[in-house]
Amino acid sequence: MQPVISIKNLSKTYASGFQALKSVDLDIRPGEIFALLGPNGAGKTTLINIVCGIVNASTGTVTIDGHDHIRDYRAARALIGLVPQELHTDAFETVWATTSLSRGLFGKPRSPAYIEKVLKELSLFDKKDSQIITLSGGMKRRVLIAKALSHEPRILFLDEPTAGVDVELRKDMWDVVRALRAAGVTIILTTHYIEEAEQMADRVGVINNGELILVEEKAELMRKLGRKQLTLQLQGRIERVPEKLALYRLELSPEGNALTYTYDTRSERTGITTLLRDLGEAGIRFSDLQTKQSSLEEIFVSLVKEGA
Amino acid sequence: MNYRAVMTIYGSEMARWRRTIMQSVISPVLSTSLYFVVFGSAIGSRITDIEGVSYGAFIVPGLIMLTLLTQSTMNASFGIYFPRFVGTIFEILSAPVSAFEIVLGYVGAAATKSVVLGLIILATAGLFVPLRIAHPVWMLAFLLMTAATFSLFGFIIGLWADSFEKLQVIPLLILTPLTFLGGSFYSISVLPPAWQTITLFNPVVYLVSGFRWSFYDIADVSVGVSLAMTLFFLVACLAIVWWMFRTGYRLKK
Repeated sequence: MQPVISIKNLSKTYASGFQALKSVDLDIRPGEIFALLGPNGAGKTTLINIVCGIVNASTGTVTIDGHDHIRDYRAARALIGLVPQELHTDAFETVWATTSLSRGLFGKPRSPAYIEKVLKELSLFDKKDSQIITLSGGMKRRVLIAKALSHEPRILFLDEPTAGVDVELRKDMWDVVRALRAAGVTIILTTHYIEEAEQMADRVGVINNGELILVEEKAELMRKLGRKQLTLQLQGRIERVPEKLALYRLELSPEGNALTYTYDTRSERTGITTLLRDLGEAGIRFSDLQTKQSSLEEIFVSLVKEGA
Repeated sequence: MNYRAVMTIYGSEMARWRRTIMQSVISPVLSTSLYFVVFGSAIGSRITDIEGVSYGAFIVPGLIMLTLLTQSTMNASFGIYFPRFVGTIFEILSAPVSAFEIVLGYVGAAATKSVVLGLIILATAGLFVPLRIAHPVWMLAFLLMTAATFSLFGFIIGLWADSFEKLQVIPLLILTPLTFLGGSFYSISVLPPAWQTITLFNPVVYLVSGFRWSFYDIADVSVGVSLAMTLFFLVACLAIVWWMFRTGYRLKK
């Protein structure tokens, strides 16, 4: 499938000498939700801003649906809606005016009906005549999303859309994102809420120190890097793990009544069978057991640590 | 050409103007009226006619120029500085608009505002002194060119400034003195010869002189020179703006 965004060898060195991006290659597929994860200062926003034309790249090319984002910037940018991380809004404009303004800037004919639809979807319609300065932070975030959607983009960038947003609004927002995806809009989002990427994304990219460490199908990523933990509740307490069991690298809980075994779901032999047998031989009896799959967050943290 | 974007920027700038219509229109009209009361009637009545034009009438073109220069500069500089300051510039930069379209929208709106103000002041002046416009077409041409030039100039300042202080400094510390010393309220022929020569380095002299010629057929420097200099400033500002967008100066990191 032809990628809708194709980023090749993209680097950015700021005037200060700070290298924000190091030779990033990335293809975004049409219609997918792509989550870009990374710690603060990793280069997520720089990447988005270069694609959208706000920051100049040092090297590399970006193609949006076949259009070079510099040479053919009109065609390229017309496809993109951007919701920035910071709440940049024109304080004295009304919600209606600022949303209509965005549509006009992108060269679309006036369409009060469409603006009304967008505002209603974002529960903003009853605030349409309010000045933005009177709105709460969460409402301002909605306004920014309405502005980005006002020109019917085929690609939507959401840069930390749920930062500082209450639970209710986050839920609403993800409903909107799901509806957009259903309508065929490609969505690229950055987020700190990893469970959101886990719930929403089709693919996940991890960026750290300006390098794209990994791009993977979310399910594949979870499977590949997914470590599982087996916790055994002991019938009695033990003071230390018997030496015979050292190769399992068991962790004894501080109370001495639980053992935790970490294994890799990828490996052919998880070692569970032998562990249980060896435990029995060592005379350790257990009353309960449970397993836990590592979350995307844990995967992410371990990846970033390895990269550092 | 993304005409809709140009009209959107233009329309939004004009809307901003309408929101502050009181300070935008009333204050220049009021201050101009005060000039007429003080210089035109009170002091002007003691000043003899200049080349057959009463002093009150003589200062009309200079007064319009004073407003035109300061208002064009301030409007245009604020128009582009504000989105940079609050961050909404991201939207302009990420929209499918060319530098030319952005400039056309912002500078066009700023120039429109100052031309409207210029015409309001002209009408106000008509209430105080008998007006005569010898070359109405040239009068409008100078008005439009000057408004466009100084709106471009303001746009440059709005891009250059990185604080509200810098935004104010140029109109206040450079433009106002240049206008006052540029023959707005006197003919430079009254100056000693050495000062006349120095004054010729003041660009405002050419603007005021040409503009006054279009009213009363009298000029400090020849109209051709005035026209050439006005066009020169216009082209110079255009070139600077072009360079700024080409390099992304203060707009793109």
